[in-house]
Amino acid sequence: MQTFDLEAQGLRALNSALHNVKGQSNETAWEVVNPKGSHAIAVGVDAPVDITVRGSTGYYCAGMNKQATIRVKGSAGPGVAENMMSGTVIIDGDASQYAGATGRGGLLVIKGNASSRCGISMKGINIVVHGNIGHMSAFMAQSGNLVVLGDAGEALGDSLYEAGLFVRGSVKSLGADCIEKEMRPEHIALLADLLKQGEADHLAKPSEFKRYGSARKLYTFNIDNASSY
Amino acid sequence: MSDFPHTPPKQSWTFSNDVNAEIRRAAATGIYDIRGGGSKRRLPHFDDLLFLGASISRYPLEGYREKCATDVWLGTRFAKKPIHLDIPITIAGMSFGALSGPAKEALGRGASAAGTSTTTGDGGMTEEERGHSKSLVYQYLPSRYGMNPDDLRRADAIEVVVGQGAKPGGGGMLLGQKISDRVAMMRNLPKGIDQRSACRHPDWTGPDDLEIKILEIREITDWEKPIYIKIGGARPYYDTALAVKAGADVVVLDGMQGGTAATQDVFIENVGMPILACIPQAVKALQDLGMHRKVQLIVSGGIRTGADVAKAMALGADAVAIGTAALVALGDNDPALESEYRKLGTTAGAYDDWHEGKDPAGITTQDPELYGRFDPILGGRRLKNYLKVMTLEAQTIARACGKNHLHNLEPEDLCSLTLEAAAMAGVPVAGTNWIPGRGGF
Repeated sequence: MQTFDLEAQGLRALNSALHNVKGQSNETAWEVVNPKGSHAIAVGVDAPVDITVRGSTGYYCAGMNKQATIRVKGSAGPGVAENMMSGTVIIDGDASQYAGATGRGGLLVIKGNASSRCGISMKGINIVVHGNIGHMSAFMAQSGNLVVLGDAGEALGDSLYEAGLFVRGSVKSLGADCIEKEMRPEHIALLADLLKQGEADHLAKPSEFKRYGSARKLYTFNIDNASSY
Repeated sequence: MSDFPHTPPKQSWTFSNDVNAEIRRAAATGIYDIRGGGSKRRLPHFDDLLFLGASISRYPLEGYREKCATDVWLGTRFAKKPIHLDIPITIAGMSFGALSGPAKEALGRGASAAGTSTTTGDGGMTEEERGHSKSLVYQYLPSRYGMNPDDLRRADAIEVVVGQGAKPGGGGMLLGQKISDRVAMMRNLPKGIDQRSACRHPDWTGPDDLEIKILEIREITDWEKPIYIKIGGARPYYDTALAVKAGADVVVLDGMQGGTAATQDVFIENVGMPILACIPQAVKALQDLGMHRKVQLIVSGGIRTGADVAKAMALGADAVAIGTAALVALGDNDPALESEYRKLGTTAGAYDDWHEGKDPAGITTQDPELYGRFDPILGGRRLKNYLKVMTLEAQTIARACGKNHLHNLEPEDLCSLTLEAAAMAGVPVAGTNWIPGRGGF
């Protein structure tokens, strides 16, 4: 286990060291102490390493992650795991706005609540939120899955493309072109797998969720839909 | 029949034939007009400025003997690896999706041969462009289509796009006709549907967030890449100042003549400012912050000739970018294709339905039959020639003003033909020392 004191050694040294892991180090377990809400912690990592951040992080922790497993033993600021490509990011606490924004792959687990715009413009990432999510979540979400064990705020899935949304609790309102859809066996199976991966299979059953997706009515511009825009 | 003279039929200026035609089109279709390109209005422009040249009080450089350098460094503020270009004329961002693969290849070939950079666009990085561009600027856009850390690191610079001149405050729409399998795959979306490009970034809002976003990109790329911020010509003084504050190495400023792949005509023609009005404000912001020449300024929107390049640089720009002009150099709107333009209900020079994907020149299309007509090697050669001519033209003017580098051109070398251009550009009306709004009358 390599321990890195962010306060003493600085952000540039941390990210540089993590980038250098690729093919040049046998260090597979890293611990970052004293994060103190710093921004851009462990961004652009591209190696199958385990990174544990002991404390809360600022903006864009784990941004563009590839391969790494990054655990935050605290809460995460805006844009955690933005544009993640692969790997796993687990937040023990809450996450601020834009969690998992534009993520293209991998798994983001938020054990607390997520704020507004969770999964905005997601492009293949899977996100599992143990608590609630805020308004405008999964806005323009293109692909991947968002699983919410709690409630969803206003305008869930507005202008949704092909992402799958699963919410166990209440949904304050659905956004334009987002509708409830039938939960078929393949969705139950998918959800069971995501709950397991998201360390939530002991907290909820797939049958307790509702599925939401795109009505696909806004896929091609139509003047008769102008009031939806 | 009266012997009195008749009043001849009089068309209304307000309700002109063009205006009435648009009213009828709107009434028939119920949808606004979408088109490509930039503003087609008559706007105050570089045509309204003249160079004074040298005489007794200034002496010129010999045209074919004395050196007039044209190179430019971009990204010297923070980047470990700033870009060095032989000429200050870059190729503006145009997406794969909006343009065909062969057209992107031609841009890369031509730009590299001329010693300058190309820029990706809202569709990710293609091998055609990366492979043929010696210097490639990778756009970081609200949609993040195709965005990934490997391409960030393969880029020579990164351009965070906040806005563009054709539509400051607007997003985009790539209509389904142009969404081929490859375009759809690069954008993670189903084939054949309209693809919306958001107007705001998904994970930051405002200059304080942008500063942190730039920190993240720098950390991901180990502080190697120059980071540009592109803004549309809306409030250039404040936007330039905020871009500098957010940590930009380079500010890219696009006036309303700058093109787009597809936007509402009402947006293109009624939002934003002409580039002539934008440059002095951006330069003033840089000067007020003590950052002129430290943060480089690239301007675009209606650059067509070496004279335009020289005028933009005399007003304080470090470089320019061309988009529409580059497409014309490749063969867009060529009268040789007139019969095909007629079939599309238009004429060479006026064709702007780039979003429909039916471009007979094979440039703004994803139709294999159409883009198969386009020769990227020939296109690249034509672009190189055009860039070389523009550079020679700018050098000719700079030498005539006694300057041994294009960057030494200055507002004092200019005068204006119109009051509007004088006020916007901040140079005196020809034959006077009057700059409207600044005195000297």
